[in-house]
Amino acid sequence: MARIDLNHIRHAYVPNPKSDKDYALKEVHHSWEDGGAYALLGPSGCGKTTLLNIISGLLHPSHGQLLFDGEDVTNLSTQERNIAQVFQFPVIYDTMTVYDNLAFPLRNRGVPAAEVDRKVKETLEMIDLASWANKKARGLTADQKQKISLGRGLVRSDVNAILFDEPLTVIDPHMKWVLRSQLKVLHQRFGYTMVYVTHDQTEALTFAQKVVVMYDGEIVQIGTPEELFERPKHTFVGYFIGSPGMNVMPVEIESGAARIGEHQIQLPSPAAPIGGKVELGIRPEYVRLGRLGMPVQIAKVEDIGRHKIVRTRLGTQEIAVIVGEGQEIPAEPHIAFDPKGINIYADSWRVGGN
Amino acid sequence: MDKTWNNKAWFMVLPVLLLVAFSAVIPLMTVVNYSVQDTFGNNQFFWAGTEWYEEILHSDRFHAALGRNLVFSFIILAIEVPLGIVIALNMPRRGWGVPVCLVLMALPLLIPWNVVGTIWQVFGRNDIGLLGHTLESLGIKYNYVQNPLHAWFTVIIMDVWHWTSLVVLLCYAGLVSIPDAFYQAAKIDGASRWAVFRYIQLPKMNRVLLIAVLLRFMDSFMIYTEPFVVTGGGPGNSTTFLSIDLVKIAIGQFDLGPAAAMSIIYFLIILLLSWIFYTVMTNYDAER
Repeated sequence: MARIDLNHIRHAYVPNPKSDKDYALKEVHHSWEDGGAYALLGPSGCGKTTLLNIISGLLHPSHGQLLFDGEDVTNLSTQERNIAQVFQFPVIYDTMTVYDNLAFPLRNRGVPAAEVDRKVKETLEMIDLASWANKKARGLTADQKQKISLGRGLVRSDVNAILFDEPLTVIDPHMKWVLRSQLKVLHQRFGYTMVYVTHDQTEALTFAQKVVVMYDGEIVQIGTPEELFERPKHTFVGYFIGSPGMNVMPVEIESGAARIGEHQIQLPSPAAPIGGKVELGIRPEYVRLGRLGMPVQIAKVEDIGRHKIVRTRLGTQEIAVIVGEGQEIPAEPHIAFDPKGINIYADSWRVGGN
Repeated sequence: MDKTWNNKAWFMVLPVLLLVAFSAVIPLMTVVNYSVQDTFGNNQFFWAGTEWYEEILHSDRFHAALGRNLVFSFIILAIEVPLGIVIALNMPRRGWGVPVCLVLMALPLLIPWNVVGTIWQVFGRNDIGLLGHTLESLGIKYNYVQNPLHAWFTVIIMDVWHWTSLVVLLCYAGLVSIPDAFYQAAKIDGASRWAVFRYIQLPKMNRVLLIAVLLRFMDSFMIYTEPFVVTGGGPGNSTTFLSIDLVKIAIGQFDLGPAAAMSIIYFLIILLLSWIFYTVMTNYDAER
């Protein structure tokens, strides 16, 4: 296992990148701890797979260095980097048995037969496929095949990191939970450094200790699930994480208060005057619907079982509110913002709030 | 399970049935008819029973043609299949090279068979043919008209030139269907070039390869036009394959009875071999 340092890495797919927008991956400069579980989260085309392929060595970055435990591996091939990767679609060797699939990476590296046998049996126990050892791999279900892909990484005791590229895409919903929790257990027991690419926030938030949110070729925030929820550093994080996402509305800052139309909202900490496009962000969980505050119109109520999502309109601004299942919606509805949940953004980046 | 049986559906297949009957079954029956009779001029027929069949099955000439045909099919399969795989593996997967290669590969397949024969007949001539003349000037006395070995060489090279493309195109189709993730996983697993071929590419090509082998076997077993144009079955009988022999008997000697019996035997051999291939293929599928 290794610490991964991303040293000023940038990547462009075009040969001579000139402006910023030629880069699929804008500057990434971070250090990921040994034994950490990281999830790369973002919409399609945000550069998360590019970053993963740079780490695995399938892509060579246009600029910057990649270090494993302080050692520069930028110019090493995938084999030499000693990593494991689980792909979106299960990659198994059809004609081999489950046992031979797991033994394959070891045999390729010339590991002695007795050692291969011991490691493979150990890994089969870990991934719960011991009773399938002598079956042909092509007869297995998708989730079992994904476990084999994972097993081919686990079987090598010396891997620096295990990378996952949206590994649960083709798995049935109820098996997703099972696999994800098995993955977590494996991580806790053996302390692998894991990097997990996904566009599914639930997957990212439940799997990872640290979630790396990417947007438009940039890392916008790295944080625990709680940090991402409570203090999104960028309006994109607020919008992308949470269901529904954060309400973001343009405001003007005047002497410690934010003004929306004719309404004043007191800010908890006196904010310095800010330039640029100023916005206030608040999660629907922190908006109170009642008889006090700003008068709104109700556009739509979505009852999703555990709670209701009320779509309200304040002037032209749409604001979503989460309301408990039993709570009534008043005839003359008003909304108020819980000061705990207020975040202030300038040009989309967080500058203040509680 | 409740199934609705509707016998009216048979009317739907009737047109095809009639078409097949007229184009295949009825002509085949006339051949059967000839094969059990002795035919003389002015339409006199005499019952011959299994006489012609026995004669053909015991005829050295038939055995020789059958043997030549089997050897020929075996040689061209042994050359075209590995060669086709090697070419397919080395064809570009993306970029401008793909259409160029595909068109170049498809060209021989588009040429009419008798034209292929004519091309090679001229190509091999040592006065004006490029191949013949080149070999001649290298000091090799190349003469496909008189030397049986040279005739075989020419016919085999011609078939390889004509048909390897088919194997290439089929294999290439199998290869491009392999997702990149497989190659990436193989890299990560430290697989050698050979292991990638053996455990990823070959299993994925398996089915198209079986089709390629089946097609090439049947075609080569029925080969007629090209050797007929180039060598006419000679020198002597050295390149007289089954179909050429059949035509010699039927049209050259006008022995309709033996020719018809031979046709039936020839047909049954091809049917048997195709059935074997079919069984192998479906068994392979069932195993999956």
